[in-house]
Amino acid sequence: MNDLDAEDRARFEQLVLPHVDAAFNLARWLLRRRTDAEDVAQEALLRACRFFSGFHGGDARAWLLQIVRNTCYSWLEKNRPLELSTEFDEELHLQACATPETLAIAADDRKRLMLALETLPPRFREILVLRELEGCSYKEIATITSIPVGTVMSSLSRARRQLYSALTNSSQGACP
Amino acid sequence: MRCDFADSLLQGYFDGELSGRRTAEFERHLRHCDHCGTELVDLELLRDQLQLAQIYEPATASLRRRINAALYPTAPATAASQPLLWHWLAAAAALFFLALLLGRVGPRFDGDDYQAELAGEIVDAHVRSLQPGHLSGIASHDARVVKGWLDEKGTFAVPVRDFADDGFALKGGRVDVIEGRAVAVLVYERSGRPINVFMWPTRERDSPPRTGSRQSFQWVDWRKDKMEFCAVSDGSPVDLEQLRQLINSFA
Repeated sequence: MNDLDAEDRARFEQLVLPHVDAAFNLARWLLRRRTDAEDVAQEALLRACRFFSGFHGGDARAWLLQIVRNTCYSWLEKNRPLELSTEFDEELHLQACATPETLAIAADDRKRLMLALETLPPRFREILVLRELEGCSYKEIATITSIPVGTVMSSLSRARRQLYSALTNSSQGACP
Repeated sequence: MRCDFADSLLQGYFDGELSGRRTAEFERHLRHCDHCGTELVDLELLRDQLQLAQIYEPATASLRRRINAALYPTAPATAASQPLLWHWLAAAAALFFLALLLGRVGPRFDGDDYQAELAGEIVDAHVRSLQPGHLSGIASHDARVVKGWLDEKGTFAVPVRDFADDGFALKGGRVDVIEGRAVAVLVYERSGRPINVFMWPTRERDSPPRTGSRQSFQWVDWRKDKMEFCAVSDGSPVDLEQLRQLINSFA
């Protein structure tokens, strides 16, 4: 923070710090473990502060979440590369719902939903979190995840279908 | 049978992201496509489930403290030459928030830990508020000037009005950061005593006023239209209630 002058520091506090909740929530869902998410969210905030002189106004939340997302993926690459390598393998993840015992055991709806969301690949998880929990627009999601707006729409469609089927399967206790 | 619209327009329609023309186009399609109608219902169910489950996880007070500590590795305890009024208000704000938040128990947290963490948080905020460059404000009785200044600084629209005719003269405004959240503060004067009105956006629904007092401060807290307000002073609670009604009639 010492790199910034008093004016930039005040701007950082007013524009970026209000989005600490959003930063943690995204990291928590991407990394799935709170302790990891806290470390990464903190690192992302520090990076945001270092890069802040390069922020020239606009959507501060999207700007911060982009950094959080990149930090999360770098962390996953380094610490849990397997999670990323299976990211695009939808068949594998549909298979994963064939063993939904953990989902079925979680009698509580909230837990069931959380587990279902966690079985999705990170790319689908993040888009659902950004849209449904963070209330981001397609344009914001496109900025944060660096994908075209059209792809946001089709990814959301697939992510929602997967979540829906994960939930349906878990409530029936078995995959079709 | 799947419908070609299901992957593209349907999602955009559901999320309110289509242009007027595309919306009309999709609604025409919807009239005779059972598949899309069913999908829409499923999407609604899914969204309801996600909303009802309340799985959004905000940062804990301890994470906010960690971040603050990392951002401010050395916190000089010396006060800078700031206008006295703002200093006084900063101290009052910190004490007030301490009082207010200690009186609250978060629904998802173990009471004692949560309160202890928040107390630490507010004391940190107090120390930070004494640092040079942290605190800034504008002294003006002109609501437009104060609003212009706050809008430029803040990330949310602040309703500003002078109620001098009703005995609450606008003295100025400032911004502060409490628990990592940007908070707008309006300063009014009533019979020579300052009243601070804190406001910040909230996700919660409207709520009736809650009042209390701590350490000779009176406070009233309420929510209206996704904004939380909290007025505090060392004056009479009757004055606070009157100011609350004035603000609510315009906010």
